[in-house]
Amino acid sequence: MSEVTEPALRKGVPAIEVRNLHKSFGDNEVLKGIDFHVDQGEVVCVIGPSGSGKSTLLRCVNRLEEPTSGTIMVEGVDITDDETDLDKVRTRIGMVFQQFNLFPHLNVTRNLTLAQIRAKKRSKSEAGEVAARNLAKVGLKDKATAFPAQLSGGQQQRVAIARALSMDPDMMLFDEPTSALDPELVGDVLDVMKQLAKDGMTMMVVTHEMGFAREVGDRVVFMDGGVVVEQGKPEDVLGNPQHERTREFLSKVL
Amino acid sequence: MKRSTRRRLTRGALYALFILAVAVVVALADWGAIRSNFFDVDVAIEAFPEILTVAAKNTVLYTAIAFVGGLLLGLILALMKLSPVLPYRWAATAYIELFRGLPALLVIFGFAFAVPIAFGWRPPGGSAGAGLIALIIVSSAYIAETIRAGIEAVPPGQVEAARSLGMHPSWTMISVVLPQAFRIITPPLTNELVILIKDTSLLFIAGMALGDRELTTFARDMVSSSANATPLVLAALLYLIITLPLTQLVAKLERHNKRGR
Repeated sequence: MSEVTEPALRKGVPAIEVRNLHKSFGDNEVLKGIDFHVDQGEVVCVIGPSGSGKSTLLRCVNRLEEPTSGTIMVEGVDITDDETDLDKVRTRIGMVFQQFNLFPHLNVTRNLTLAQIRAKKRSKSEAGEVAARNLAKVGLKDKATAFPAQLSGGQQQRVAIARALSMDPDMMLFDEPTSALDPELVGDVLDVMKQLAKDGMTMMVVTHEMGFAREVGDRVVFMDGGVVVEQGKPEDVLGNPQHERTREFLSKVL
Repeated sequence: MKRSTRRRLTRGALYALFILAVAVVVALADWGAIRSNFFDVDVAIEAFPEILTVAAKNTVLYTAIAFVGGLLLGLILALMKLSPVLPYRWAATAYIELFRGLPALLVIFGFAFAVPIAFGWRPPGGSAGAGLIALIIVSSAYIAETIRAGIEAVPPGQVEAARSLGMHPSWTMISVVLPQAFRIITPPLTNELVILIKDTSLLFIAGMALGDRELTTFARDMVSSSANATPLVLAALLYLIITLPLTQLVAKLERHNKRGR
């Protein structure tokens, strides 16, 4: 328990370490024994066809999905352990959703301050300062009082990123962050993510943006049928895939 | 015959039929009897000011008490019905099904007469208090189902977003789910309110003290004493003055909600 409350940036401990993870929905086994890790400061892009289990893997990392079996360590703490304070761990794992999931009844600033006040027990003024700083970081300083419905999809997603950043997370999970966007809005969101990576943020990105994976990813993981088929440097996996299934997938998306 | 000509003739025939029907009613109605029995100015003057200061005031007051009470109890029941703990779900379901299945009149009667006799306990506020407890109990059963539907209509991504930010389930419910749920259910909740305004008329069965009478009881007593139906017409007008703005509000909110989606 006490481990969880400390900033657990011990050297050499992976930010995320998944061992032999299985996940079934009823009779349907979606993850069939995944071993996976993300080092501190690393940007890992997870690619694969729809239904390959990549989103489920990402959602298991902050236990939005309950794993069927296996262990998931976040900064050396087993989050499948009942003793672990899940809410506290989650404040250190930022998450960005495909559908943004902004709170539609709150304006942008209150979207960014709500969890700071409720989960991090920050004062309203401190939370407001953090919110303003992160809004500036995603280029939306002038939208502080707007409501989500008044923003474009790209702006909403950048607000969602700023909301996650306002918790000062050690790592960020992105679940297909640009898949719900009009093509002309994708660039702004990817630019924010590139800047985050440049600043040294640990990132796990489930994506169909092969250009982003190639340019920003330290490592690319290809999943299919609930297993990790192949992983390595982006230029290797994307440029010279070793497995037939990887080649087949890449020939369809590239 | 051209189609447009035919349509104009049909339309004209329908207008003629309507005017004929109105003329028949006007010619056959006993206007003298209607005026002296339903629109007697002297009886109407006698109804004031008590029909406003006592009866209408009590109708509004009882509605407000029953609605606020029904909302609070309904919210608790809705949360119980969504609880992961099975006995809570059973208890809430049993309560809701029971009180939605019974006539409100029967429940009011039970609380006004059966409960005091059986347990020797008189609810605070006398007959009016007993009737109000019954109204709260009945309305909470309906409101609980409305609130539950509203909570379930909030997209699951909202809960996931709040939980992924480390927010506790109860804070997630209070600051993320419930505000959105109540926005969704404002039209049906306003309908519940309108129904409740009319259901306060059922309190007459409890036998109200003079100062506790609401519109229907007041009008009924006055009909007996004056042998004239004018107080009923006055009560009807006052009910409409209270309910019509609310039903208009519901229509407006429904249009607004449709546009928002």
